[in-house]
Amino acid sequence: MRRAVLLARRECAAAFDSPIAYVVLATLPVLTALFFFVLGGFFAGGTADLRAFFALLPLVLILIAPAITMRMWAEERRSGTEELLFSYPFRVRELVLGKWLGALALLALALLATILVPLTVAWLGPLDWGPVIGGYLGALLLGGACLAAGLFLSAVTANQIVAWLLGVLLLAALNLPSLLLPFVPVSPGTARVLLAVDLRERFQGLARGVLAFGDLAYFVGFTAFFLCLMGLVLENRRFR
Amino acid sequence: MMSTESGARSEQPVVQAEGLVKSYGEVRALQGVSFSIPAGSVVGFLGPNGAGKTTAIKVLTGSLAADEGRARICGHDVESESQAARAAIGYLPENNPLYPEMRVDRFLRFSWQAQQVEGASETREQAIERVVEATGLSSVYRRAIGACSKGYRQRVGFAQALLHDPPLLILDEPTNGLDPLQVVEIRELIRRLGRTKTVLLTTHVLPEVEALADRVVLIHQGHKVADDSLDALASADGGRLVQLSVQAAPAQLEAVLQQLGLEVVQLRSGAFGLDPSCRALVRVASFAGEQLAAIAQAVQQADLPLLELAPHAGGLEALFQSLDATAQVQKTAEVQA
Repeated sequence: MRRAVLLARRECAAAFDSPIAYVVLATLPVLTALFFFVLGGFFAGGTADLRAFFALLPLVLILIAPAITMRMWAEERRSGTEELLFSYPFRVRELVLGKWLGALALLALALLATILVPLTVAWLGPLDWGPVIGGYLGALLLGGACLAAGLFLSAVTANQIVAWLLGVLLLAALNLPSLLLPFVPVSPGTARVLLAVDLRERFQGLARGVLAFGDLAYFVGFTAFFLCLMGLVLENRRFR
Repeated sequence: MMSTESGARSEQPVVQAEGLVKSYGEVRALQGVSFSIPAGSVVGFLGPNGAGKTTAIKVLTGSLAADEGRARICGHDVESESQAARAAIGYLPENNPLYPEMRVDRFLRFSWQAQQVEGASETREQAIERVVEATGLSSVYRRAIGACSKGYRQRVGFAQALLHDPPLLILDEPTNGLDPLQVVEIRELIRRLGRTKTVLLTTHVLPEVEALADRVVLIHQGHKVADDSLDALASADGGRLVQLSVQAAPAQLEAVLQQLGLEVVQLRSGAFGLDPSCRALVRVASFAGEQLAAIAQAVQQADLPLLELAPHAGGLEALFQSLDATAQVQKTAEVQA
């Protein structure tokens, strides 16, 4: 675990040595605030409610999560530092966890930067902070899942742009059912299955501050699945 | 812990490779390569480009798994005891991949922590101070790696390999792409490191091996074709050669060399654009300083101005040329088939 934390710290520092950290830290708060206050009709609603703010996060993360993870393996592979990293006595699980924790720490910082949105709402009217805290915890779960998928895709290519595009496509596909089902006629059984794997649908409960076991298990399982896949890719590449 | 462990295992070879086989699809990069390296030696791992050197190194460093065969580092199997084996290696990969955006000091701190094993005898700061001094990095210590010259980046690569004081250093083409002055500096660094560590040095630069290694493992097309001391390999060509130039007529030099009882392999007039002058290739028993000093003294006593006296890498070059010739014959046979 010590080496995983070490790698996470290096990843965070590397993100701040490149424009990525600054772009992410600026984009997430700006995008969410813009959609929530300007396009989301917050002022027309007349209530101090952040549900619409959290409902936006899965869509914003389609762009942001792959941007955080795209270089994390692809660049190591392109520049050859992957070989150096493999020659150090890291276990594969330490490499996997280290990269994921580094990405999660950066996302957590970006989410922290969005705190201006609830603070503004609280200044405008009475805000119930319980659902807000629950919503942020849910956002971390959602973000962790998106980052795990992004990291896996970064591990399968040496090109950052390809890694980002694949991540956007995968996350968009996992947000589509809840967006399209109202307009596409499918059987109730199919709709249930599609919605069960839909990131946005799964996040709705967490966004309201409701921690349902099924949703928690989904995000934890989703994250573990992609982290394991990433581990297999690394193990396979290292010993191929 | 590393020192104690290596001490306890000092009877074993530091590197032991047995029947390594590795294929990339149709290409058989290693075809049953075996060799062992005892503690305290500097071994040149030689071969033409594409011979399988880097593949063998990747197997030893745990970056690749062999299809067949096994390798041990300080007694640790590189696959089943991968972590312990890797902890015993200081590795400088080919092309020296580093993180250009990181500062040298931060990279060394990261590398130390990443390579650290329990019970280390040094603190992080002590280890970093030791390698910064050994590699001469103090002037760029707080500079971004990407802003350092290639020579300094190579030193950073050496420094990270030395941080955990490993018993084995694996250096893959360590002077590749450096200018002549940097090559001299890096060779001097390797020479110093070789006094206290076992060094496996891969290169296709023959003078580098002549200058640094005690022993050579030569591979070609995935096979080991030679594994012996430099002296023994050189004698495969009938002995070692010395190149000698003087400001005198060829007959005068020949007379001096005959008095010393040395075989003159080649003698031709003209050297460094001087007239009269000549250049000779002389076979010697070894490159020992006494032998070279005796030649220099004899030439001076004969009042012939000495222009040049240097070892000539005849043995290894001849061996390499024979490998190329064999490869050409095989290629021709394949084409004809």
